[in-house]
Amino acid sequence: MDMKVKKKKLGIKEKYAHMTRGLDWETTYQPKEKVFPQATFEGIKIHDWDKWEDPFRLTMDSYWKYQAEKERKLYAVLDAFAQNNGHLGITDARYLNAIKLFLTGISPLEYVAHRGFAAAGRNFPGVGPRVACLMQSVDEMRHAQTQIHALSNYNKHYDGFHDFKHMLERVWYLSVPKSFFDDAFSAGPFEWMIAIGFSFEYVLTNLLFVPFMSGAAYNGDMATVTFGFSAQSDEARHMTLGLECIKFMLEQDPDNLPIVQKWIDKWAWRGIRVLSLVGMMMDYMLPKRVMSWKEAWEIYFEQNGGALFADLARYGIKVPDCLTQCSEDKEHISHQTWATFYQYGGAAAFHTWMPNDEEMDWLSAKYPNTFDKYYRARFTHWRDEAEKGNRFYTNTLPMLCQVCQIPMIFTEPGDPTKTCYRESEYEGEKYHTCSDGCQHIFDDEPEKYSQAWLPVHQIYQGNCFPEGTDPTAEGFDPLAAVLDWYHFENGKDNLDFEGSRDQANFAAWRGMATKNT
Amino acid sequence: MEIDLRTVAIKPIRHTFDHIARRFGDKPASRYQEGTYDIQQTDIFHYRPMWEPELQLFDKRRTKVEMKDWYALKDPRQFYYGAWTIARARQQDAAESCFDMIEDRDLAELIPAEVKQTALDILVPMRHVEWGGNMGNSYIAAYGYGTAITQPCLYHGMDHLAVAQYLTRIGLVLEGPEALDVAKDAWMNAPLWQPLRQHVENVLVVQDWFEIFVAQNLVLEGFSYPLIYDYLDGEFSANGGTAISMMTRFMAEWSAETAKWVDAQIKVAAAESAENKTLISDWVKQYRAPIFNALQPIAQRAFGDKAESVLAEVTDQFNARCTKLGLTV
Amino acid sequence: MSKVFIAFQLNEDTRPIIEAVMADNPHAVANESPAMVKIDAEGSLVIKRATIEELIGRDFDLQELQVNLITISGHLDEDDDEFTLSWPN
Repeated sequence: MDMKVKKKKLGIKEKYAHMTRGLDWETTYQPKEKVFPQATFEGIKIHDWDKWEDPFRLTMDSYWKYQAEKERKLYAVLDAFAQNNGHLGITDARYLNAIKLFLTGISPLEYVAHRGFAAAGRNFPGVGPRVACLMQSVDEMRHAQTQIHALSNYNKHYDGFHDFKHMLERVWYLSVPKSFFDDAFSAGPFEWMIAIGFSFEYVLTNLLFVPFMSGAAYNGDMATVTFGFSAQSDEARHMTLGLECIKFMLEQDPDNLPIVQKWIDKWAWRGIRVLSLVGMMMDYMLPKRVMSWKEAWEIYFEQNGGALFADLARYGIKVPDCLTQCSEDKEHISHQTWATFYQYGGAAAFHTWMPNDEEMDWLSAKYPNTFDKYYRARFTHWRDEAEKGNRFYTNTLPMLCQVCQIPMIFTEPGDPTKTCYRESEYEGEKYHTCSDGCQHIFDDEPEKYSQAWLPVHQIYQGNCFPEGTDPTAEGFDPLAAVLDWYHFENGKDNLDFEGSRDQANFAAWRGMATKNT
Repeated sequence: MEIDLRTVAIKPIRHTFDHIARRFGDKPASRYQEGTYDIQQTDIFHYRPMWEPELQLFDKRRTKVEMKDWYALKDPRQFYYGAWTIARARQQDAAESCFDMIEDRDLAELIPAEVKQTALDILVPMRHVEWGGNMGNSYIAAYGYGTAITQPCLYHGMDHLAVAQYLTRIGLVLEGPEALDVAKDAWMNAPLWQPLRQHVENVLVVQDWFEIFVAQNLVLEGFSYPLIYDYLDGEFSANGGTAISMMTRFMAEWSAETAKWVDAQIKVAAAESAENKTLISDWVKQYRAPIFNALQPIAQRAFGDKAESVLAEVTDQFNARCTKLGLTV
Repeated sequence: MSKVFIAFQLNEDTRPIIEAVMADNPHAVANESPAMVKIDAEGSLVIKRATIEELIGRDFDLQELQVNLITISGHLDEDDDEFTLSWPN
């Protein structure tokens, strides 16, 4: 009788190694430098790719199995949402403006993230990070598409959603998130990983995701909240990839430390600037507020980020210097940003408004050091003017920061009554930045940041009018021409919430769904 | 009795996004359409890529192929992420059942030794070829132009990873981890595999992403899949190796499905212009010869004295396929 | 010592998982909100497959956690039997 030896079951680590590492080989017919042309130009030194620790060891069969389960659940909810006029379940129609910002400013960039991770997934010599990056690439495609699909139903009924990719490429405030991702994708794979994988997907992700998704939950937006929850476990995988990347780089060679530190400094600051839009959204655009930007910053950056940087300290990583001003900024950013969008409401593809008394009281309570002292009077004045029929819209264009591309609206650390301006010179030209953080970024790579396509400069140069426009013609209205070029439906996508088509339709439809006459 | 469910009817102000309506009119669009068309940025970029400063981040000039509209390369399967994942999950479920049954009942033990050895010698090293397919398609997903073609190429690359993992599992089932080492050694050193490895490495340094599409997805897969998952699979089944067929079921079904997609891309791209037709036809001819040569020793090992006729049939079928697609090969 | 945390969607599938985590980590604190549970723990947190299996009465693959996971904080280590979050400092 034969004794059959039961094969020893392979552990998850060993099996995963066979399923991934084992597939690769050292090429001999083509030199390694040609197969991986981007492996060294950034100056990062990797001596042993085998030291990479694979987080979340998913083989493709498991990936498909669990992701499919999530997709089925998500699309079932999206179908039900559409069938049952779920959009009428939101708290009030002002909420929609938060997700207009999301679809135009975030979703197209999930797509860029998909392309960037595909590139990293091809360019790293190590198999472990390649496989993890490729999985993130498909995940990001998932996010781009599920967001578009979730918000598609809103697009059918409300304004501001209808031409998101066209607007992302052109509209002044959307160049803030767009330039962030263009910056990362134009860099090499290692910087990409620190910029997106680590800084964005690990350090700052909760400051983007939690506000929008919780905002959706608090305001009755079942479609977005379901997307949010469904995407979150993908994000957990992304976070672990980002953390593993930075650890790996720092452990491979001490020479990597100053490069990585420089990238962390740059990308934390660029990310925080982009998040000004989120701060404004949390404090001003959610009818039912979740928490203040200040609170979110304290939990998700000061506490959680604190634990992270405490951990990275053993490699010599320091908390970026520019972040010290954030503990002061956290009490100002959202008000300064909303004030700007209110004034430029004629040129934004979402509605704006001034908070009511109850909302102002909430802001006073959440910002005891700053709201009443610096902002309440101005906002009350604007509100009073609007009630009198003099709703204020600025008719000139702002100066933009050369790096973050936000208008120069932020104030000097230590003096909230003084706009912060910094100036640098490069090849005989002057460049302006909004802060020490952005100035350092410019001064470190002026040949890069001087390339930026600044929306305001482009408008003034006449590059933002529809083809065939004659700006010398009698009665030419440059703002209207720009909005046309942006594909805005002037009078529908923009201006105050009060009197908007969104407001009227939502009220009428809500009435249809709840009344009998 | 008829049940007539009523819901409150609200008239939408538009049926889809503007960029979709510009293509298809203002009517409800499919999830594939809304998730694919005109998603990739095209017009304005802030910084030139540090890794290729002569071009833009997304740039049509990364291939010699020219299309008036890159979205003409529609995927007939209409795979957006959800559709692809759910389809593959069903397939992997079936594959999982097969593997479970074979492993639980030790069905691999019943395979005749010679047949098992052929499977080990041919299938397991192929996992490295699959890995090359993953790398090539990842490159296209990164540097290609237009979501219509880059999207399915990423899925194709991930599918190649899955196939590589199924082949790995076959090695583990038939013999164990040692089989993987033996296969790796053969891939690196055995004369049998060197022409194919050389070919795969040559494609790893190609820079024109559509050229990679042709070399990998049309030519290499157009030869190797019928050879292995059709003809060789037939040999396994006929000689007591049904268990092997069960374990390669995914690959057989997958290659039929993906060939339809590949065909659609080639046909549309070739029909676009005489220049495209010539370019793609030339690529086919350029890659067909080394692939044929590389597969000869492998066919020899697999089919013995039937190798020549099998390869001739596969070649005829491949050539006929290309002619149907409008190519001159 | 730094805190680690893990957050899950709150639904019928995760109820036994959360129960298992709390049973295996007496130092952990759970915070519930309508759709989510966040579990905080000083230093480290471990999720054991065996504990979950006992509660649900079927085989459980720890990778199934993916379906309902929301977010984590800390270094992750996983093997067939346990899923551990920790900050080494």
